[in-house]
Amino acid sequence: MSITFKGGIHPPQNKVFTKDKPILALPAPEEIIIPLSQHIGAPSKPIVEKGDRVTMGQRLSESEGFVSVPVHSSVSGKVKDIKPWPHFSGESVLSVIIENDGKDTPCREMPAHEDWENLSPDQIRGISREAGLAGMGGAAFPTVVKLSPPPTKQIDTVILNGAECEPYLTADHRLMLEYPDEIIEGLRMIMKTLGVEKSFIGIEKNKPDAIKVFKNKTEKFDNISVIGIKVKYPQGAEKQLIDAITGRKVPAGGLPFDVGCLVQNVGTAKALYDAVVRGKPLYERVVTVTGKTLNNPQNLMVRIGTPVRHLIDACDGTKDPIGKIIMGGPMMGIALYADEVPIVKGTSGILVFSVTEADLPREKPCISCARCVDVCPMKLLPNRIATLIENERFQETEEYGIFDCMECGSCTYVCPTKRRLLHYIKWGKDEIIKRRNKEK
Amino acid sequence: MPTNKLAVAVSPHIREDVSIRKIMYSVLIALVPALIGSVFFFGPRALWLSLIGVASAVATEAGIQAIRKVPIEVSDGSAALTGLLVAFNLPPGVPLWMPIIGSFVGIALGKQVFGGLGRNILNPALVGRAFLMASWPVEMTTRWIVPKYGTLSGIDAVTSATPLGVFKSMNTILADPAASLIEIQKANTILGKLFDSWGNLFLGNVGGCLGETSALLLLIGGIFLLWKGYADWRIPVGYLVGLGVLSWAFWGRNGLFTGHPLFHLLSGGVILGAFFMATDMVTSPVTPRGRWIFGLGCGIFTFIIRKWGGYPEGVSYSILLMNIVTPLIDRYTKPKIFGEKKNKDKEQKER
Repeated sequence: MSITFKGGIHPPQNKVFTKDKPILALPAPEEIIIPLSQHIGAPSKPIVEKGDRVTMGQRLSESEGFVSVPVHSSVSGKVKDIKPWPHFSGESVLSVIIENDGKDTPCREMPAHEDWENLSPDQIRGISREAGLAGMGGAAFPTVVKLSPPPTKQIDTVILNGAECEPYLTADHRLMLEYPDEIIEGLRMIMKTLGVEKSFIGIEKNKPDAIKVFKNKTEKFDNISVIGIKVKYPQGAEKQLIDAITGRKVPAGGLPFDVGCLVQNVGTAKALYDAVVRGKPLYERVVTVTGKTLNNPQNLMVRIGTPVRHLIDACDGTKDPIGKIIMGGPMMGIALYADEVPIVKGTSGILVFSVTEADLPREKPCISCARCVDVCPMKLLPNRIATLIENERFQETEEYGIFDCMECGSCTYVCPTKRRLLHYIKWGKDEIIKRRNKEK
Repeated sequence: MPTNKLAVAVSPHIREDVSIRKIMYSVLIALVPALIGSVFFFGPRALWLSLIGVASAVATEAGIQAIRKVPIEVSDGSAALTGLLVAFNLPPGVPLWMPIIGSFVGIALGKQVFGGLGRNILNPALVGRAFLMASWPVEMTTRWIVPKYGTLSGIDAVTSATPLGVFKSMNTILADPAASLIEIQKANTILGKLFDSWGNLFLGNVGGCLGETSALLLLIGGIFLLWKGYADWRIPVGYLVGLGVLSWAFWGRNGLFTGHPLFHLLSGGVILGAFFMATDMVTSPVTPRGRWIFGLGCGIFTFIIRKWGGYPEGVSYSILLMNIVTPLIDRYTKPKIFGEKKNKDKEQKER
């Protein structure tokens, strides 16, 4: 029996463009833009001023609040300005703009701990905050928050997420092939921090080479099992991954720690290793730059803050005029409104579409085929929710579990009448939250 | 147009290569074996009736869409499918104008008045059939054609009616207290032969509506649809189980569990209805549990109508009845959300 969840879809994988291409380091551009907000939670507060000299890895901001981590400079140079700049969220966000001096002078602010086994859990947590670690699978949730579960929740299982179920993307795949030891050490750090004895590394079966590498490398650890999971989208979604591997179901509206689990992306584990052992804050990451129209798709090690345009140029541009630039994968990625938007901690891919690929199909009325119902991994009724929202009956959608939707987009993908189901669902969520806030 | 104009849209940015057109044409293709079969059994007339039915449905849809000033979308194949199903539900000997009326009513009153595809409550083809049934009952129940290599009833003893017609009249004799012993014996013999004739029913070498007689050819198409995922397996399975179990348990001559489910499943329009009409996406439930209830309900109503109703056949009315309750079924069979606990429903009601 294959290890998976109920529902889901099988979109064309399109990973072939980049899956065999080793990670190349992309030289930093002349100008780097570091947004002070890179994830959900409070934006951080700048601690540098215009004209300041900064070194590579220097902290640029102070986190405010628990769900917030600082950002770091990814080059050495001079702070040119601190001003709003186009951001993936669709708005301009206050960003530190740094003129690169091309020297990459390292900062050395953070100590390196070769002997990390002697560190206490709190020290590791501190390092993860200091290094600005955030989930590298996409949502960029601050790692320190995940590593500090409330004392009432007992975590007994850590799952490392190497599913990479989004079509096109191969960043995690390459990372697993090229940095397996760092990833495994990072996982062991997470286990130590949480005092957990059992862990799994879940990898989709379309990456047999990665599964093999990890099976060999983890042989000496009794408490780490490598699991090959079925190739199906959204296999890498937290709740679905936990279900597939442990059989535990995260309660509706709950979080993984409600069933004693913690899920981290393989990239985050590697970043934790770099931060602890090498004293390196999170200022660069692997990004898959891909698309059928790109001349030379690649997996690039990119400095955070590099404008997207720079990545596309590094792939020798496109065959056809660009119609759409997507940050992330084709299923959950965000369409960018400008190509000067910078790469952030959660950017796993840049997907470029030609004008034809970016065409939106015309929407027709629902024919109740229930394909969306059959594929929804959360067992919702997307057709019903969308129809209620079209008729602006927002309140009723809560009964239908609108907030349990994780926005995987499977419903929209399979719809034969091309309804923008997820569009309606997102609108509905926004509207309900707006109305709630008004009531307060 | 500037080349740096970027499209911004909500995810997902890719869509599956599936459309109404693809689904409808797949269903049409799935009906082709049965169409060829009907031409083989009943002659070229079957083809003319089908083509007229399709043409009338397409013309009606295009005409009404033009009047409504909405895009004309007859090329999506949904009207053609309705037209073909209307023809499949006619006795092969009806006058050629009947599919014209049937398709017109089906599309106009069964579909377009509600706003077109996706908005209709009832299966349009069955609305057309019900209209013809009520308006021209004699044509709709007597214009049978003897299949090329068989008899109307599928057995040699009687030749005047379809299998279900024979079954109904024999049961009437058995239920009649004034019937003589000879009549009763004869009826029992005929019923026995009828139950043994399932091979003819399976192949379709019997009288009946144009497209309903060959279970084999319909199953080929039906299984193709299930395999493609364009029909949900729960509905036909529920239908066949519902009708099969009830007729086996409560319709035997020697007490409980002595009935002949195979005869009931293979005769009349059950296979056509279960695989091609009950599974109509627009008019059947969307929830998995709802589809079970829908299929079982169709089977139960078919049993009730056949056993106690005035008509020998009950497939179309049972599907229409279940169409009506589809929204209700959907409402009461909301699936349990991933990770949802049982008491959550209660909490919500209390709120």
